Amino acid sequence: MLRRLHADQPESFAFTAANLAWAKGQITKYPEGRQASAVIPLLWRAQEQEGWVSQPAIEYVANLLGMAEIRVLEVASFYFMFQLKPVGAIAHVQICGTTSCMICGAEDLIGVCQEVIAQNAHEISPDGNFSWEEVECLGACANAPMAQIGKDYYEDLTTDGFREILAAFARGEVPKPGPQNGRFSCEPLGGVTTLKDFTGEEFNGSVGIAVALGDTVKRIQGDEVPVLKRSKSKTKPKKSQSAKGKAKPSDADKPALLSGPRDAGADDLKKIDGVGPKLEKELNAAGVFHFDQIASWNKSEVAWADQNLVSFKGRVSRDSWVDQAKKLAKG
Amino acid sequence: MLKDQDRIFTNLYGMHDRSLKGAQSRGHWNGTAGFIKEGRDWVVEQVKGSGLRGRGGAGFPTGLKWSFMPKESDGRPSYLVVNADESEPGTCKDREIMRHDPHTLVEGCLIAGFGMGANAGYIYIRGEFIREREALQIAIDECYDAGLLGKNAAKSGWDFDLYLVHGAGAYICGEETALLESLEGRKGMPRMKPPFPAGVGLYGCPTTVNNVESIAVVPTILRRGSDWFASFGRPNNTGTKLFGISGHVINPCVVEEAMSIPLRELLDKHCGGVRGGWKNLKAVIPGGSSVPLLPADVCNDAIMDFDWLREQTSGLGTAAVIVMDQSTDVIKAIWRLSKFYKHESCGQCTPCREGTGWMMRVMDRLVTGEAELEEIDMLLDVTKQVEGHTICALGDAAAWPIQGLVRHFRNEIEDRIKHQKTGRVSAVAAE
Repeated sequence: MLRRLHADQPESFAFTAANLAWAKGQITKYPEGRQASAVIPLLWRAQEQEGWVSQPAIEYVANLLGMAEIRVLEVASFYFMFQLKPVGAIAHVQICGTTSCMICGAEDLIGVCQEVIAQNAHEISPDGNFSWEEVECLGACANAPMAQIGKDYYEDLTTDGFREILAAFARGEVPKPGPQNGRFSCEPLGGVTTLKDFTGEEFNGSVGIAVALGDTVKRIQGDEVPVLKRSKSKTKPKKSQSAKGKAKPSDADKPALLSGPRDAGADDLKKIDGVGPKLEKELNAAGVFHFDQIASWNKSEVAWADQNLVSFKGRVSRDSWVDQAKKLAKG
Repeated sequence: MLKDQDRIFTNLYGMHDRSLKGAQSRGHWNGTAGFIKEGRDWVVEQVKGSGLRGRGGAGFPTGLKWSFMPKESDGRPSYLVVNADESEPGTCKDREIMRHDPHTLVEGCLIAGFGMGANAGYIYIRGEFIREREALQIAIDECYDAGLLGKNAAKSGWDFDLYLVHGAGAYICGEETALLESLEGRKGMPRMKPPFPAGVGLYGCPTTVNNVESIAVVPTILRRGSDWFASFGRPNNTGTKLFGISGHVINPCVVEEAMSIPLRELLDKHCGGVRGGWKNLKAVIPGGSSVPLLPADVCNDAIMDFDWLREQTSGLGTAAVIVMDQSTDVIKAIWRLSKFYKHESCGQCTPCREGTGWMMRVMDRLVTGEAELEEIDMLLDVTKQVEGHTICALGDAAAWPIQGLVRHFRNEIEDRIKHQKTGRVSAVAAE
């Protein structure tokens, strides 16, 4: 299928320092002189960082790997996961539309996308937050119908449930991925028919990782808690290196935290735009219970909170919690 | 029904501890070094003796495939490549292995690598499986930390490095030579064979490409003996198998069962039966999108194994069972597969590049009924011209579902066309 580069291209592209270190580690997975093998992971990381693959990104990756630009362009346009034009700011929604999902109701999910996001695939919603497309089999057929939102599979969907998930994303929350009908993973809904002796984990393999990550739809800068990648030479960037590279707000900037809510009881922090039940729990665990606490934060305290307080890095400043909290504190 | 103690994937649903410790408590990584000390020929003989046939669709004997690898290196290294590019519509079994029981696969890689003389292995996982990739990477890292991979892996005296790499959403990369192309950083376009990968594969070196499930069952076969594995299923169709059942059953699921299990037993025992009862069944695609469907009357005594399904001019494929009840528009269901193949054709061979589009456009018309009766034969003719005239099997895979549809549901297609022309439904459809 013919896919072309987008008409409007950005000026330039460069990996963040951490992503560059990560990319160099990837190259060591392959034998000497075979660094071209790393082209797919590198393009993918470029997309994780920017949301889509631009022409400068293609040229940048070609440079990094010593490949002809046309070879990288070839790869970028051949593989469908590379988005060659911008996607929604919060998430790109991919509905599996192949037969198993189709006969279980994928067309209705596409209908929801057309109604809630945009009429056509790859079109960005009016608020700029979402885009969608129908993709071919995503390999979760026993959990049909399903959609991949960002990187996670939302399975066993109903139209209403799907609508609610999109709405939650729009509110800045990250709904729990995985089966939405109460199943654990791909066992029969009514209860397992085999392997009855085994229980113990809280989430299935995919959901567990997503829940630990928290904000699964953010752009990847490379300094997230990485899944370790091992290389032959063992020269991979260590977790600490990338973290040290940045001027991290120190503990001196830590705002005043409480060990429990004041006598009048905790405020409903969910009233802050961008805070959902999960974030509220995290905030409470960290010692934040009241609007006036947040309202009193100064710049460096916000920076500290952005980094340390919640797993959703950058949320505090991006959603201007302090301003919101000031208004809410006044009542 | 297969007993729990005879199941290889004891953590298929991920409910039990997924870490290395958990896997070891279930018996994985037990005595691995001992198998390797038995020697390379012994490992290959055991796998041959078990009758294990490749689980990726073609059903080629796994042990035999390993034995094609050069016994002595001519200076080039050998590679094991695991095909985890699971994207055949209907198939969702390898995903469960990789995210929930990854140590079966990692241990299998070490043993298989030794069995074919490879010191390095690459697992090529499809790009969409992001969390599955992370889960598998965690398992690989655990094994490195525990000394089960790397130099003198598991104290066996064999050095083995295992790398996890990923694709980016191209079904064709599940074809073994396209996978190798992709792994080398190019477009995933299949290579001509011969030379076969065992002679010239990854980076021009001897390579064997195996499906995830084929590799992951090997450690258990060695531990429990090839006779144990061979005791399940009919001769030439031995072992246990992961079945992924989707579509119109009460409880779709993935489940490990013995080979040669009757289809009806599989659906009734594990899936709560067909939605609306067995009589409500219309058709079943027994092995993923590439195999022709079976109409309900054949399903009554269908046996899920390679040979029986081949006799019905269908196939076991990946054992991905797509069940369709009477409410299904079966023409549209197959049309969707045609659309899939059109989308996924890599564009290298003309019959496939043009033919898949051609077939889909005729199917478009058959779905609405706005076609002529002779177009059915014309369509069949096109499928014959695509089938067997392409480098890889994608052309065949695109042709077969349509051939199956016309073979079994020609009446329904004709009725729809007539209905569209006259506005009346014929007596057959009205009964």
